[in-house]
Amino acid sequence: MGASEWRLIGNLADIPRSGARRVRIGEVEVGVFRTANDQLFALEDVCPHLGGPLSEGIVHGNSVTCPLHNLVIDLESGQSVDPEPKCVRSCMIRLEGDQIYLSDADLRELATKQLS
Amino acid sequence: MKQKLVVIGNGMTPGRALERIFDADPDAYDVTIFNAEPRVNYDRIMLSPLLSGEKTYEEIIIHGDGWYIDRGIMLYKGFKVDRIDRRARIVYSGDDESAKYDKLLIATGSNPIVIPVPGHDKQGVVTYRDYDDVEAMLWATQRGQSAVVIGGGLLGLEAAAGLAMQGMKVTVVHLMPTLMERQLDPAAGHLLQKAVEDRGITVLTEANTKEILGGPSVEGVLLDDGTELAADLVVMAVGIRPSVNVAQEAGLEINRGVVVDNRMRTSDPNILAVGECAEFENDVYGLVAPLYQMANVAAETLLGDRTGKPFEKQVLATQLKVTGIDLYSAGDFEGGDDREEIVLRDARRSIYRRLVIAENKLIGTVLYGDTANNSWYLQLIRSGDDISDFRDTMMFGPGYADGQSADVAVASLPDEVEICGCNGVCKGTIVSAINEHDLSTVDEVRTYTKASSSCGTCTGLVEQLLTLTLGDDYKPKAAGAVCACTDLGHDDVRRLIEVQRLQSIPDVMQSLHWKSSEGCAKCRPALNYYLLSTWPGIYKDDQQSRFINERVHANIQKDGTYSVVPRMWGGVTSADELRAIADVVDKFEIPTVKLTGGQRIDMLGVRKEDLPAVWADLGDAGLVSGHAYGKALRTVKTCVGTEWCRFGTQDSTGLGVRIEKFMWSCWTPAKVKMAVSGCPRNCAEATCKDVGVVCVESGYEVHIGGGSGLTVRQTELLSKVASEDEVMEIVAAVVQLYRLQGHYLERMYKWLVRVGIESIKEAVVDDSKRRKELYDGFVHSQSFSQRNPWSERVNGVDAHEFQPLAELDLVEVV
Repeated sequence: MGASEWRLIGNLADIPRSGARRVRIGEVEVGVFRTANDQLFALEDVCPHLGGPLSEGIVHGNSVTCPLHNLVIDLESGQSVDPEPKCVRSCMIRLEGDQIYLSDADLRELATKQLS
Repeated sequence: MKQKLVVIGNGMTPGRALERIFDADPDAYDVTIFNAEPRVNYDRIMLSPLLSGEKTYEEIIIHGDGWYIDRGIMLYKGFKVDRIDRRARIVYSGDDESAKYDKLLIATGSNPIVIPVPGHDKQGVVTYRDYDDVEAMLWATQRGQSAVVIGGGLLGLEAAAGLAMQGMKVTVVHLMPTLMERQLDPAAGHLLQKAVEDRGITVLTEANTKEILGGPSVEGVLLDDGTELAADLVVMAVGIRPSVNVAQEAGLEINRGVVVDNRMRTSDPNILAVGECAEFENDVYGLVAPLYQMANVAAETLLGDRTGKPFEKQVLATQLKVTGIDLYSAGDFEGGDDREEIVLRDARRSIYRRLVIAENKLIGTVLYGDTANNSWYLQLIRSGDDISDFRDTMMFGPGYADGQSADVAVASLPDEVEICGCNGVCKGTIVSAINEHDLSTVDEVRTYTKASSSCGTCTGLVEQLLTLTLGDDYKPKAAGAVCACTDLGHDDVRRLIEVQRLQSIPDVMQSLHWKSSEGCAKCRPALNYYLLSTWPGIYKDDQQSRFINERVHANIQKDGTYSVVPRMWGGVTSADELRAIADVVDKFEIPTVKLTGGQRIDMLGVRKEDLPAVWADLGDAGLVSGHAYGKALRTVKTCVGTEWCRFGTQDSTGLGVRIEKFMWSCWTPAKVKMAVSGCPRNCAEATCKDVGVVCVESGYEVHIGGGSGLTVRQTELLSKVASEDEVMEIVAAVVQLYRLQGHYLERMYKWLVRVGIESIKEAVVDDSKRRKELYDGFVHSQSFSQRNPWSERVNGVDAHEFQPLAELDLVEVV
């Protein structure tokens, strides 16, 4: 794993179980979610409905419910559950020991898309 | 140039016609609507649930104001059209308003019949037709105890059931020997009467109203046989007649209604009529399905589209909308020499079915108690198919018609059978929508097909279709369940938490067989509250099961910033506090400062990462969290009382401050707002709060269960006491009772309606031992709960919450 491909963002212990934290990169915020059984997911922190901050929602199972209007997003696919699926962009994430890394390429894509 | 379309009336039928027109060609017409009712288009079918309190007005709106604005429609609310000038093509409403038309759509609906007995014009005599009538009835339920409903037909029984659910003593006065005699034979009428009486409603049959008694307001009803019934409210529900005045004066052809052809045109080709005021081939229709059919045809006519089917005579079906009583009738169910009848009657199970047959065809049916097969019968009536082959099993439903078992009844329906009569949705349409879009809930089916979205009586059939199509994948939501994760209702969950001594969320989910591993955003906050209120000091609050507002002690706004509201005890502040707030606003560049309705100050637009510093500065000036973000005690609003006011009878400000300092920072099922008024002039508006104290010369009135949000509701008097100490005890006791009995997110007034004021009085007024227990329970809970969450956060509790986990440099990336 080369340092240029993955970027260290913090430790597992920094995120509460069934909770989330934000990572800021330029103007873009990425939500990093930790489920009850310690799975990790990273999604752009913008609800596809009206832009609510997903990282502030309640995490249940592998889903998060947006705090503004209760749209439920599947963390694995980034898709909303119903009725017409909308998608949040995601970012590859990996855990090495207790350190969390995000994919540099994905972050780059999120950041540049937001800029354009 | 766009043509001008003027619509008289804004009910469901013209609403549907306009929907169709704008869907097909948004630029076809400039539309102006005159609505005699001062409101938008709402679902009139839902008036009964509105009356019973099962729905709110907001829930039954079909087109909100935005719908009209988006389509450029001019909607005159509360304007009755009183003249049509057909030559100049102008309609007039009063002296001031008029509109020119190229096409005119008359949809004036119908008027309720008022029996002209002496006293029929007294205050408190209402009909049952529109929202105003329901409001009048609900208003009457607040002040009076007894109601008389004249008319034991569909509408009368729905009104009676609704009023009974609102706590009134209701008598139904019916002219004929049995209820709904047009639909039911005497035996079935008795089944129905028993079901109605089981709801605490008195039924008087063969009773004719002679006079309505009272002064300016109604006080009673006198019957022909001399019986006098006390009544604070009289509802006349004896029938309706088409409203045709304005059309008649314009010289259009009128019979019972405005006569229309099969394209909904009146005798003037530029004028169409739809809805309950329109008459087609000697029939006037009053049910939503044929009326929506009229709307579709009228829309096509107005769009110049002749490809659609013209309007045809319709088979009518109707359903009684009283929760728990299922009655359905369709077609022609009158008896007669040329008719044969098959009847099934099971009094013990309260089931009655009647099939009316003529010339080997089913022409009508009445179903009572079990209406599951209604759409199959309706389809047979409509198709006119020969029923000889399965006549002997027809009574048991379609499953038996081909020798199959009953649970495949819906499966055996052909695709073109109409499932939702209101919106004209067939079985095939629903099944293919389920398959194409992977639908798995009734709500989703509603979104995609509109089936079950109007009156909702076909919900059971839609559920059966989901089961049929998805097999075991479909999990219907149990009635009243907390959420889809469990079949248990709120009361059951609360009770089991206590008796099984469940003390954590995983415990509850394990022991009560939750269906999802970690619950959802609905049940988790509810469970967290139930555990917190049941086990104070034992249960550890689960932050991850709280909504963001309660997790960060501030209100999230639509742009992701927060608002901060410090407590101002009893609405009293000082120069120091105001200065501290001003300094904070400057220092953190807070864009908006706003006074709230609860006598305090809201700072809006605070960045999340600034929250701890904002709180620290406020805390230095002695300001603490106002819990404006929580399901908790919000404000105690006060007036100035004896300290300043020449009318004041007690120290209302001081009492308000005392209550707030005692009760702040307790968690409740939903928000709790309080007020203390210093005299009955009630400047603190205490009688629309969850708890309101009104001071009087001789002491203090304690009121509960008011509301002035989505629902506006006046409080009910709980008790009158002599001293401030007694106020404190009774207020704490009633709040504690609500904390232990309320369903999560159920406001105090809804709890009051559910459990009844009498049961509350019994616990906190009549039974001094129980009151003391509740009071002590509240004090015990406060000993753990009363703390300023802001200062804890300032001192570093969960500080991470407010900072990003990492800030990555963009330069490195690009």
